[in-house]
Amino acid sequence: MPSQMQYLLDNPERVLELTWDHIQLVGVAILVATAIGVPLGILIHRVRWLQLPVLNLSGLLYTVPSLAFFAILIPYTGIGKTTATTALAVYSLLAIVRNTSAGLDEVDRASVDAANGMGMTAFQRLRLVELPLALPYILTGIRIATVAGISIAAIAAVIGAGGLGRLIFDGIRTVDANRIIAGSIMCILLALIADFGIGRLSLLIRRDLRASAERGS
Amino acid sequence: MTYNGILQLNGCLFWKRDCHAFSLLRPTIPSRHPNNEDVVMGKGVCLLLPMITLENVTKIYRADGHTTNAVENVSFTVNEGELAVLIGPSGSGKTTTMRMMNRLEEATSGVISVNGRNIRSMNVVELRRNIGYVIQQGGLFPHFTVAENVSIVPRLLGWNKKRQRQRAEELLALVDLDPSVFADRFPRQLSGGQQQRVGVARALAADAPIILMDEPFGAVDPITRNQLQRWLRQIQRDVRKTIVFVTHDINEAFLLGDRIILMKDGQIQQNGTPADLLRHPASDFVKEFIGDEFALQALEHTYIAELATTEVPAMPDDGLVISGDLSIPEASREITQSESTGHEGFWVSNGNGEPDGYVTYEEFASVISEGIASDVENENRDEINPELIGKENAKPDAISPR
Repeated sequence: MPSQMQYLLDNPERVLELTWDHIQLVGVAILVATAIGVPLGILIHRVRWLQLPVLNLSGLLYTVPSLAFFAILIPYTGIGKTTATTALAVYSLLAIVRNTSAGLDEVDRASVDAANGMGMTAFQRLRLVELPLALPYILTGIRIATVAGISIAAIAAVIGAGGLGRLIFDGIRTVDANRIIAGSIMCILLALIADFGIGRLSLLIRRDLRASAERGS
Repeated sequence: MTYNGILQLNGCLFWKRDCHAFSLLRPTIPSRHPNNEDVVMGKGVCLLLPMITLENVTKIYRADGHTTNAVENVSFTVNEGELAVLIGPSGSGKTTTMRMMNRLEEATSGVISVNGRNIRSMNVVELRRNIGYVIQQGGLFPHFTVAENVSIVPRLLGWNKKRQRQRAEELLALVDLDPSVFADRFPRQLSGGQQQRVGVARALAADAPIILMDEPFGAVDPITRNQLQRWLRQIQRDVRKTIVFVTHDINEAFLLGDRIILMKDGQIQQNGTPADLLRHPASDFVKEFIGDEFALQALEHTYIAELATTEVPAMPDDGLVISGDLSIPEASREITQSESTGHEGFWVSNGNGEPDGYVTYEEFASVISEGIASDVENENRDEINPELIGKENAKPDAISPR
């Protein structure tokens, strides 16, 4: 085993604790972003003139450097998890809103027409037809946001939000490459697992996709 | 054998493939429809009850300062149990006309009534649940199984799961898809023709009295389309729904339609039975539309001489003479283009001018209809249980036309 992995092997509890912190941080942020982003995506799909301002605004927010964003938020939300979660949720918004709206746009006209024609209410159409069919797009949005969120969350350690960023910043401060490597490896692992896991989620929910995936393999 | 022919009554021409006595069993109807036309048939009385009525319906689209009259001042009636075909070139307003019936489009002016009620006064969801709707490629939901697709309207109506499933299996059997094979498949695992059948089954699931079909067979290959057309005719014989069917295929219109409404530029060019359109085309456009597009491939090889009877009535001066070696499509072209359609039939000559055969238009029209559907007649449909189709249409004491 290379010596660079030593920290990871010597302090498994510490690493796991920080990893769990990290998961919580990103998880809560993604949940919040989804809870806001999906309805917002539905809204701009239905009310077309809102599309441009909403996407532009969330695109603009996305370009704000994360450190600056934390700094801007601190006067309002203080130091710690709340600020980090807020910033992460705002960053995640763009991908989720845009993909929700794009996914709904991509739903086959025939399915929407059939749903209307058979007498579904707008809500039934959304619940039974449009959201399930847009699901792969929405999950892709969540996936992109999650993977990006995992790396951005590492920076949040600067403002005392905890997580794997702690290892990295501690490593920088004490000139201990092993800590930096341990933190980075766990971040990468988390991102890979999230990427794969959320990717599989649509197969779990949509039986028809699962059926064709099984047939294809 | 089904009664087949043209019935001339009160100056109106009715083309009835068969006649159910269902209206006798509905005491409430005469008071609601004072203008019933009674058609007395050999085996019972058919009341032609208006199911869908359009009065001066206009649809105007406004976009970017332009106004387009998609449908202009259209009026017609579709009777109960009738299959009415809306046909015309693209942009003729046929689809818009149909979509106004379930308020997928709102009419700009005019009145549309379904079963005697102005649809504007009805709850739109309620209205649509009472109207089956089939679109091109079936419009099946890809994420639902075949059974779930079929039972979606029962689900919306709050039936329990078991009853939904049962209904789906009944309907799949009705549309000739083995439930044990197809019920749990997903639409993309089906061929285009099978998807189309599921689409029809879905429209029948809640036993709505009316079904709207928007070019349902437009996206399948010609052979499958032909099978589906024959199959629909058979199904319609069993379920007797009021069907409005949009197509641009004149063969399809003649094969399926009890009534054909030919549209162009948002206006009705002619509204009549297939025989009407053939015998009395209302305009050059109708002639052209029928003449150019009415290929009748199935009848290309049937010749007039084969239809001619040897009992030849005396030919008046303006009698129409058709050469016996013409095929049926060729002859129908001659008939639509000729001026002398005032008689009951035409005379057939075999070579040297003097007519030695005679064909009534009634016979001619029924051959066209029967000829296209001849394979259907041979199919054994006894396995269909009338109870599956819905009580409304399978009254045990209804007089069988066969």
